[in-house]
This record gives sequence, structure tokens and C-alpha cells, in this order.
Amino acid sequence: MTIKGKAYIAGAFEHPTRHAPDKTAAQLHAEVALGALADAGLSRDDVDGYFCSGDAPGPGPPSMAEYMNLKLRHAESTELGGASYVVLAAHAAAAIALGKCNVALITLAGRPRSEGIATGTAPRSRDPNQPEAGWEAPYAITAANGYAMCAMRHMHEYGTTSAQLAWVKVAASHHAQHNPHAMLPEVVTVADVLNSPMIADPLHRLDCCVISDGGGALVVVRPEIAKSLRRPLIKIIGAGEAVQHLGGGTFDLTTSGAARSGPIAFAEAGVAPADIKYASIYDSFTITVVIQLEDLGFCAKGAGGRFVADGNLIAGVGKLPFNTDGGGLCNNHPGNRGGMTKVIEAVRQLCGEAHPAVQVKNCDLALAQGTGFQLATRHGSATLIMERE
Amino acid sequence: MARKITPPVVTVETQAFWDAARKGRFMIPICAACCRAHWYPRAICPFCGSDKVEWREAAGKGAIYTFSVMRRAKDPYVIAHVTLEEGPTLLTNIVDCDFNKLRIGQPVTVVFKEAENGTPVPMFRPA
Repeated sequence: MTIKGKAYIAGAFEHPTRHAPDKTAAQLHAEVALGALADAGLSRDDVDGYFCSGDAPGPGPPSMAEYMNLKLRHAESTELGGASYVVLAAHAAAAIALGKCNVALITLAGRPRSEGIATGTAPRSRDPNQPEAGWEAPYAITAANGYAMCAMRHMHEYGTTSAQLAWVKVAASHHAQHNPHAMLPEVVTVADVLNSPMIADPLHRLDCCVISDGGGALVVVRPEIAKSLRRPLIKIIGAGEAVQHLGGGTFDLTTSGAARSGPIAFAEAGVAPADIKYASIYDSFTITVVIQLEDLGFCAKGAGGRFVADGNLIAGVGKLPFNTDGGGLCNNHPGNRGGMTKVIEAVRQLCGEAHPAVQVKNCDLALAQGTGFQLATRHGSATLIMERE
Repeated sequence: MARKITPPVVTVETQAFWDAARKGRFMIPICAACCRAHWYPRAICPFCGSDKVEWREAAGKGAIYTFSVMRRAKDPYVIAHVTLEEGPTLLTNIVDCDFNKLRIGQPVTVVFKEAENGTPVPMFRPA
């Protein structure tokens, strides 16, 4: 059984806010839901499946279904950190393929900026029942120093340089300049990145993504419904997921779960990396992008630094236009979870609705890749391949 | 000024480790069924599923697999993964050294540092 061609992304919406002290998380979830439904030309009454992740208040589906007054016959909450929404798009397609629902709504929202969370540089609070909690909290692993350890090892094994990593940020900033909602719309240079303060060796401040409030939503529907709407037909053709961890103390931090989720997705879609016209690549940090590009097969393992250098990720300049909204590095990382905006920008590209300055010509095949939680310990990976009919 | 160390969560699975740590002994879990050491410690062997996991005193020696100096902290510190002589690689801090001279592959040896509640936490310093 495959999800190939069984479901379409009919609606997508990114909340324009990046700072929402005057709104609750539930309210933001509802706003993005209504935005995506309006984009699809559907209404709340059409929704019979709801998908969310750990950012949804309380238990997720029961609370949010009540708040939005949805009548559901299928619900799912999956927690793979920032990769969750890439996974949920695939799970929505699977549920539709099985006849469990017709119109699936996926929402993400969060307010880390308003709540003053030191997202990257302070340890997160943990459930003391997490079995690894006692072995990590004393050492103060954070988002930044964890990903920094991956970068350090990648540099050691493959000779990757800070200047190469900086090119990821430079490319994102070239795209963000065209996005009126981007948090960091100014174009930066490699020197700007290298001269920004060191956060955790070897990652500088500009190697890190933004912290933003906001959210986004997707509407995934049955083929017959998609064809009845007045939107471009964006078909889900392949998906893969993987969970990667430290394996009892035997691991390689230079390879991510994308090395497993990617091949599954490409095989299901029946396409190869070279066929992809546009790629949304999770960019919590610059190193995250380099490692995933290698693992997805856009270049050889260890060649990611050279691959991203000299503008190769810039739309209209390089071979692989990526994150044309400015990505998490420059545009938006709502709720510290970037998977949703990865899918949304891929949908924009396939619809031909990206900003004209960054729109990829004849963009009929796109990929969205998410890596959630911590690359240096345990993470979820999700790969989604979409095609415009 | 040293960073304040968050006390570890001690559970029925890991009590013996922390009891030994209080006596200055660094223990690792080794499976009696498959003879492999693992990390983080658990009652069920992650390699073979056996519940015959035993605590053995480790040499306390290893090498830095990777590390990062956390500069953006009130008291900068070094997060690291260290590969033990017994096999597994563990998350830890590197302490008692010039952070700017650390390198991957460097030999390190265990040292206990007290958490805020006095629990000795295993960390590593250059050998």
C-alpha cells in the first residue's frame, strides 16, 4: 500500500505574526486553521480529521477540536518535535487513503518569543520520567551546543568549515529580503556570519535560527475533493520517517535520520534527488541543512560544506533553491518547530505562489525535510515529496 | 566561578550508580547475557533485551568524540560526548582545563563534580 497520489494538499497558511503577546496558543491554532481552510476554499464543517503535535495545548485533539468546534471522526497527535508536521502531512494522507477521513486539518502554533523562552541557549525542562533525563540535565545540553557538537564532528571528519556553514545563512537571507514578514530580512555575507558572536563553538549567532511566535496549518484532502476546488493540484507522492537516537552509546553524529527517511520517500515517489526542483530543508542551525542535504543524497556524505558554498542554495543562482521564504534561519520558526513552514513554502513553490524574485520556474516537484528535537541525542526525521499535477 | 550543576534524577534503575559515585567509583552497566556495555544505564539491555544487566567499575578513561564550548552562558562550560574504553559513548562535560586547547580524540579521565544537592556527577578532564 502506498500514499502516492491518494491525497492532495489543498490549503496552506502561515500566520503573518512573529510576535503574539496578545494571543493565546489555542487562538493562534484556530487562526491558522481558518487561514488554511480559506486558502482551500473549504469550511470548518468540512473537517473530519485533525492532526497536531506537542505544541497543541493540553492533550491536543480533544482540547483543540472543542475550541474550534470541529466534528471529528479521526484524530492524531504525533510528537517528533519540529519534524512533526512533515510527518503529519504523510499520516493525514495515509488516513485519507484508508478512508478514515476526507478533509484533514493539521495545525501548529506557539509563542516562545512572548513567553521569553531561552530556546537555544538554556536547557529545556524535562519530564523526570524521561529515562535519559538523569544522564543529560546535569551537563546542560541545549539546542545550540548539541547541534554545535554535530558541527564540530562534521568538521573533524570531513573538513567542513565555518565559512561553508555560513553560506547556508547567506542563501536564506537572500530569500528573506523578499519576504515582508521575515524576522531577519537583511542580506548578510559570510563575513557577517563569521563575525557574529560565538554561541557554542563552532556555531555563531547567525548560524542559529530565529525564535518566533506564530504558526501554520495545512489542509490535506481526498483526490475528488481536491479536483472540485479552485486550487492548483498538489499531490503527495512519497513520504518517509525515521527516529534516530544514541543507540545505547553507539552512534555517528554526522549522519541524521534523513539517511533513512529520505530513501523511503524517494522510493515511494519514484523520483531521485536530481529530479527535485525545490527543497525545503529544516534549518534549526546551518549545520542541520548540510547534514540533511548529504543524507538525502543531494551530494555525497561529507561534501555538504562544498555543496552549499558559493550560493548553490540561492534561487536563480544555485543548483538547488532551498527555503525561499527565508527559512527558520531568517523568516520564521514558530513555536520552535519548523516543519510546518517547510511544507508551506514547498506548497507555495508548487502553486507558483512564492515571491516572484524566488519562484522556481516550472516547479512541479518539491521536497520538504524535517529534523525535530536534538541531532546530538535523539531526533525525528521526516521527508515529504510533492508534485504539482 | 563554576556553573551550578543540576542534580541528576535518581531512579530505582539507577540508584546503585549514584550510591557508587558517592564512594568515588564510576560504574557502567554491562549485560551478563551479551557481554556488552551500554549507556545511558538501564535495567533492560538495549542490545539483546536481557534483564541481566550488572554494574561494573569502569576504568574511567576515554577519548573526546566531539565537544562544544558553550560561550553564551554566564559561566561558559564544555558539553561533550566521550567514548569510554569499555565501548559506549556518553554525554558529559569536560572540566578543569583550558577550553581553548581541547581537541577531538583527546584522552580524558573521569572526575566527579558535585551537583547543587551534593550528588557527585561524573565528568571528564584531560588525562
